[in-house]
Amino acid sequence: MKKNVWVNIGFQAGALVLALLITTLILAAAGAPPLKAYGSILNGAFGSSNNIVAVLITWAPLLLTTVGVLITFSAGLWNIGVEGQMTLGAIFATWMLRMLQDTNLPPALIIILGILWGMVGGALWASLAGALKTFGGVNEIFGGLGLNFVSTALTIYLVFGPWKRPGVGSMSGTQPFNEALWLPTLGTGLSPWGLGLSILAVILVYLLLRGTYFGLRLKAVGKNMKASYLLGIPTWQYSMFAFLLCGALAGLAGAIQVESVYHRLLPNISNGYGFLGLLVAMLINYQAIWVIPIALFFAALNVGSVQLQIVYKMDSSFAGVLQDLLVLLVLLGQGVRERFLGKA
Amino acid sequence: MDPSVLIGLAGVLAAAAPVLFAVIGETITERAGVINLSLNGSVLLSAMGGFAVAYLTDNLFWGFLAGMLIGALVAFIVAFSSITLHQSQVAVGFVLALASRDLAYFLGVPYMNIPGPTLPTWQIPLLKDIPLLGPLFFRLDIITYLSYIVIVLAWLWIFRTRPGLMLQGIGDRPAAAFVRGANVNRLRYIYTIIGGAIAGLAGPAYTLNVKPGWMGTQTGLDGIGWIALSITIFGGWSPMRAAFGAYLFSLLQWLGLVLQSRLPGIPSQVLQVAPFPLMILTLLLVNIGNAEWVQRWLASMPEGSRRFFTKLLRAMRASPPAALGVPFESD
Repeated sequence: MKKNVWVNIGFQAGALVLALLITTLILAAAGAPPLKAYGSILNGAFGSSNNIVAVLITWAPLLLTTVGVLITFSAGLWNIGVEGQMTLGAIFATWMLRMLQDTNLPPALIIILGILWGMVGGALWASLAGALKTFGGVNEIFGGLGLNFVSTALTIYLVFGPWKRPGVGSMSGTQPFNEALWLPTLGTGLSPWGLGLSILAVILVYLLLRGTYFGLRLKAVGKNMKASYLLGIPTWQYSMFAFLLCGALAGLAGAIQVESVYHRLLPNISNGYGFLGLLVAMLINYQAIWVIPIALFFAALNVGSVQLQIVYKMDSSFAGVLQDLLVLLVLLGQGVRERFLGKA
Repeated sequence: MDPSVLIGLAGVLAAAAPVLFAVIGETITERAGVINLSLNGSVLLSAMGGFAVAYLTDNLFWGFLAGMLIGALVAFIVAFSSITLHQSQVAVGFVLALASRDLAYFLGVPYMNIPGPTLPTWQIPLLKDIPLLGPLFFRLDIITYLSYIVIVLAWLWIFRTRPGLMLQGIGDRPAAAFVRGANVNRLRYIYTIIGGAIAGLAGPAYTLNVKPGWMGTQTGLDGIGWIALSITIFGGWSPMRAAFGAYLFSLLQWLGLVLQSRLPGIPSQVLQVAPFPLMILTLLLVNIGNAEWVQRWLASMPEGSRRFFTKLLRAMRASPPAALGVPFESD
């Protein structure tokens, strides 16, 4: 048992080293001095308190999308639609705030209603993918992807159409909300509420999957749908519920982005957090306990690689390259271990 | 017929070529029982790589070859991880889709927005003078002609040859094919790589012909791989029906552009995503006949209308190769 843990850690570390090696070659091929480039990424992530705050701001929604897809993964579902679910959360939160910002309701209430409505929006969007899967036989990967694109179009339509700024609509988004409706932030935009809710969600999902009867049955549905059905578990209801929970968490992420970071609705508000959450979930082998550190690492990479764009005029998709390769190599390493060293 | 409509339709045929290559490649791969979910990324990477190589060598041939190699390489990783290492095809394919996409955007920066070589038109002598058909089909370029040929060849190979029968076998009933002497896993490797190489033509067919040049995220190719994957399902894993789906998609895109000039109130980004709800709808149509509640609903209908609806659903329904995504062990 103990030995297996070390083999495990060895493989993960090996994957990280190999991923860094490959990205070093890619950096060199693209004409950047690799070591200096890594240095500027580190500096961009942790070099100043502002940068650290930026990492924490990125961390919060990533935690939410990651634990969201952990739930759907447990039910054996590939919820690629999490990106769109986050977008709908942002749209619904904006909708509520726009509707209520000129009323006399206390701002705190409006903020809370916005967050709740955002969670409803995310859950509704997820239920579409769930219904397509359950009642229409449409694989959730394609249903979810299609709905992602639709949600982007919906955002653009709203930003340029019904919700456009006075004058002409632009890609910079809708008119910002009244300042009273911004979630209170520390320093340069970090909302303790947003981060607190995200960490709370991580703990709750961990407990849900680890320590409850519901979590156990959900995993049973994910592992063997037919056997679970024969054992009397209402399988499709469980899948649907997994979609709803994941959608609500993604919707919360969208609502937090709108209320604490941007204070308005922007095109591309989900910004890849959904896909990144899927990657983190795969990297940690679906074990909720690792979400916190690995999501922080990914958030730091994302924020840090913006420096590459500034210093070397390179595309900031470098963070993505490193993250994708890391996950790919961990998957391959897992395969090598299972195949050639016996089941660990 | 109005010549401008004819030119428009010929443009639809040319614009469909990238989707066609991707769909036919994926159809062949999935026929062998392997899902290559990386398509969206590998098409983008082959688009960037193909353009870059053609630009650097100033030779279109090397550009197309590079695209095929990139597609084959990504497909090889899918095959290796799923066939040899028994990892989830969906997980690896999804990660590869993201990895190749990010890599394309990262490495493509030096080649952005620069003019490069483009494929010349090559009108086929004699054929181009056939009334109506000539201007429609035969006044285009060599890669579009190749796309016609690939459809026919793929169909002939799968349904009219012995190795094609074996290809169907390893996707449908690998155990039976194995008993018949097929080396299932080696064949799956081969077909996955061939399928990937054909899909790899999609990228350069776009950046060297349909819309020349590499424009980073503005290239307009992102998402096409996902569409191609769903057209593969819509096409019921048959090259002919898949080709029909690809042309239909291209036609609808063109109609969208035509419509856009008539409806200036709608932002162009909204019409651009019109294919995606359509994709969901078509998948719904081909799959819903398999759903349990539909079967029950049909059973409760009066005889006459039941027969009609059953026939309708059966005509649209598409069933995947039975062993799609299932690893094969000979022992």
